[in-house]
Amino acid sequence: MMKVIETTTIKTPYLKLNRRQQTIISIILSASFLLMIILGGIFSSNEKIQTYLEMRNLSPSLQHIFGTDWLGRDMFVRTLKGLTLSLGVGMLASASSVIIAVVLGMAAATMGRKVDTFISWLVDLFLSVPHLVALILIAFALGGGIRGVVLGVTLTHWPSLTRVIRAEVMQLRSSEFVEISRQFGKSSWWIATRHILPHLVPQFFVGLVLLFPHAVLHEAAITFLGFGLSPHQPAIGIILSESMRYLSTGMWWLAFFPGLSLLVMVRAFDILGENLCTLMDPYRGHE
Amino acid sequence: MLLKGENIGFRYGKGPWVLKERDITVESGEIVGIMGPSGCGKTTLGRILAGYEKPHEGRVILNEAPLPKKGYNPVQLVFQHPEKAVNGRWHMKDTLNEGWEPNDEVLEALGIEKAWLKRWPNELSGGELQRFCVARALGLQTRFLVADEMTTMLDAITQAQIWHVVLDVAKKQDIGIIVVSHEKHLINRLCDRVIDLSPVKVS
Repeated sequence: MMKVIETTTIKTPYLKLNRRQQTIISIILSASFLLMIILGGIFSSNEKIQTYLEMRNLSPSLQHIFGTDWLGRDMFVRTLKGLTLSLGVGMLASASSVIIAVVLGMAAATMGRKVDTFISWLVDLFLSVPHLVALILIAFALGGGIRGVVLGVTLTHWPSLTRVIRAEVMQLRSSEFVEISRQFGKSSWWIATRHILPHLVPQFFVGLVLLFPHAVLHEAAITFLGFGLSPHQPAIGIILSESMRYLSTGMWWLAFFPGLSLLVMVRAFDILGENLCTLMDPYRGHE
Repeated sequence: MLLKGENIGFRYGKGPWVLKERDITVESGEIVGIMGPSGCGKTTLGRILAGYEKPHEGRVILNEAPLPKKGYNPVQLVFQHPEKAVNGRWHMKDTLNEGWEPNDEVLEALGIEKAWLKRWPNELSGGELQRFCVARALGLQTRFLVADEMTTMLDAITQAQIWHVVLDVAKKQDIGIIVVSHEKHLINRLCDRVIDLSPVKVS
């Protein structure tokens, strides 16, 4: 007699999602979280961050869920506005430095030896100067403000990624499918945009995700040093550095909530980038 | 048409000469085998004939003129490993249509299913991918085909199927084929003429 072996598979009764659907859901969740921060930052009124001296130093409550500071300003709205500003500066700076890295990396690998030598020299030059010093110089020369910070972070953060991309393009250029494409009479431009660029998508996103916290933190750092944003702009860096002075008086909420939300935001951005990368990667995307 | 390699010499870097004073002629519609043990320069000769490498000595001549530097190369090469010869981030349809647009007849003969066109390369097996590479190389402007161990990694039935189609198309389009292989039986079966690259022993 044949024995029938019964096998059971454990399945969650509802939420039968495959990996692709899970990826898409993570993307939607993290993107909408970031969108909420941005919209909240843009549309919350300035009324709540006016000075109300009778309401200062309140600990978190239902009216002020992040508490209020020493001038009676609502910390929740300040944090939201600060996050929006940081997000904007961070995105702008990291995206533009990743774009610089992609363009220079591809140029170095495809435009001949002289261009390659020059770009490699440029990379070494920028890497030999400490980030923060170059950043302060650039931001100071441009007179501070958002423009100075964004340009400063952009111009100091491209070199290491450029190296990675240059190496990647070098390898792709000698791959068989590119050689074959050349035999079909495709131009270098065609090969660069159709064959090589799609392979740089992961580097692009990883670069973006890795540079974003750097950009935000450097923005905070030079703002703290007085070369960045002006103090009336509620950037997270300014909020944090200001609240340092009040920490010892027991007002923990001043630094705790803004810091925590910065962490949460960076993590949400991280999840977004990671999942987008998975979705676009044909080697994993179909899973 | 005539594809001619004259007095070809090649070496990698400053290493020993892989090829030296090698002559080869292939006519349209002819099937020529290149044979020899590993490392004797079979693939290198194939790459030189298809314009992938420049010979250090001698020259390759197609119809009294050097190989065209721009535009579609009339000498196409099919590699041994199809996984490397297709872009992993392209759908198969784009890969297939890169050089020309093969008609349904060719696709059907090679056993390429319509559903495969929408897939990524890593969702197909090596044999399935190689069919795409073969179809891609058999464009209307192709005059010569260098098949570098084209079917070595396939099972006998698939080998037969692919060679059947290739010979058929070659006949129709008057394509000359250079079969690079170390499989004696395959070469004997296919080729009108065999060139043995086994090094001549000097003793």
